[in-house]
Amino acid sequence: MAKYAIEVNDVGMKFNLSQEKLDSLKEYMIKMLKGELKYNEFWALKNVSFKVEKGDRVGILGLNGAGKSTLLKVIAGVFKPTEGQVIKHGRLVPLLELGAGFDSQYTGAENIYLYSAVLGYSKEFVDEKFDDIVKFAELEKFIDVPIKNYSSGMKTRLGFAIATQVEPDILILDEVLSVGDAKFRKKSEAKIMSMFKSNVTVLFVSHSLDQVKRICNKAILLEHGQLVAAGDIDEVSAIYEEKTK
Amino acid sequence: MLKKQLKTFKKYRFLLRELVKKGIKLKYRRSYLGILWTLLEPLLTTCVLTIVFGTFFGKDDKTFPVYILTGRLLYSFFSSGTKAAMKSIRQHAGMIKKVYVPKYIYPLSSVLFNFVIFAISLIVLVGATLVFGVYPNLWVLTAILPLIMLLLLTFGAGMILSTLSVFFRDLEYLWDVALMLIMYTCAIFYKVEKLGTYQWVFKINPLFAIIKDFRAAVYGQNMFHEPAWVIMPAVLSVLSVLVGVLMFKKNQDKFILHI
Repeated sequence: MAKYAIEVNDVGMKFNLSQEKLDSLKEYMIKMLKGELKYNEFWALKNVSFKVEKGDRVGILGLNGAGKSTLLKVIAGVFKPTEGQVIKHGRLVPLLELGAGFDSQYTGAENIYLYSAVLGYSKEFVDEKFDDIVKFAELEKFIDVPIKNYSSGMKTRLGFAIATQVEPDILILDEVLSVGDAKFRKKSEAKIMSMFKSNVTVLFVSHSLDQVKRICNKAILLEHGQLVAAGDIDEVSAIYEEKTK
Repeated sequence: MLKKQLKTFKKYRFLLRELVKKGIKLKYRRSYLGILWTLLEPLLTTCVLTIVFGTFFGKDDKTFPVYILTGRLLYSFFSSGTKAAMKSIRQHAGMIKKVYVPKYIYPLSSVLFNFVIFAISLIVLVGATLVFGVYPNLWVLTAILPLIMLLLLTFGAGMILSTLSVFFRDLEYLWDVALMLIMYTCAIFYKVEKLGTYQWVFKINPLFAIIKDFRAAVYGQNMFHEPAWVIMPAVLSVLSVLVGVLMFKKNQDKFILHI
């Protein structure tokens, strides 16, 4: 077995800022004829390399716009990096913006199957876990109601319950510990803590340094898309605190 | 490489099935007659077309409604399939931005769910052949060939359109116009012989050739009498799939920057 769960090798992610607005053919042709098709290149990540050992819980620190979410999306496979590569060993579960795959016209029950399929589960697995999911999300009464009538808390609860049904090897958390009301938050934290016990590798993004310190044993610090520091949580958080002063 | 592709496809087979199911379920949700519309809709439009055009072009032909229905069913699958595939990437932008899924699943599922609806609507055709006295013989089995070509052509065109429309949204409107042109050059509600000097239009339209072959099978004739009408659409539909898949594959990593 490989020693590392995630290897990020010299990853760069480039965005062409002006390109994003050009989505009509006419605009494109005019700009092209005028020779104005120049792009504002923007590197959200540049030369980022680090390795995460199995069982490590790594906090990703950085100010707004440092590239934290981009990095998570590159690791989750949503973005293909412009340069470099990411090697992952094991099953990865991203808890990013829960319930993004829901269809609002579908009922809760139908969405459980849809979202599970999006996450790559098998049908047998969902059949087996269906009751657990409903119970954990506390939606027994509303499971046959179209999801457009759900409150946003109900939706995130359902998303969380589905996404945490598997035993992942790598877990990506983006500020999800603040799901739902106080009672559900406790429950979801307990669930995540129980996952930690099974030697899962965690990548965690949060603006709350206390939370990061409580959960993680390692950390990396990003600044303007560059990796500034990596190492034990205490060292890195000291540097981060220095910078935010 | 191919082995890896097959492995991911297997992993996401469940998603493909769920998306096909979703397309069918949501299409008729909240309408009182539900899935029955798959049968009613072609039936009613055929009635209209027969009343309007039958008096012009089909006076001497009692089976004219069957002629119209075959053309209309195949054309409307092509039209709705390509349109759904074209919009599928933008429609699923929310998912694409958050979770990794092989992206071809979206246009593929759009084409497939429309194909299922189309297959159900073929029931109407069976009824119509009996009512209007078109009695198919064994040649009807060859109908499978134009249907396969139709599926390939729709998928290929859908892949090309879905790739292009990510970068140029105008295409969604342009394609509506193109579809209208395609409809009029498919001889859905008139006989080809009436068109005289414009015969060449049909020789370059693969969809017309597919409809022609399908009609031959339904009317109990041998479509291979004129092999050109089988070879041309076969070549073009395979070609469209090749071009579509290559285009899609080459550009799919850029999609996320544009949706």
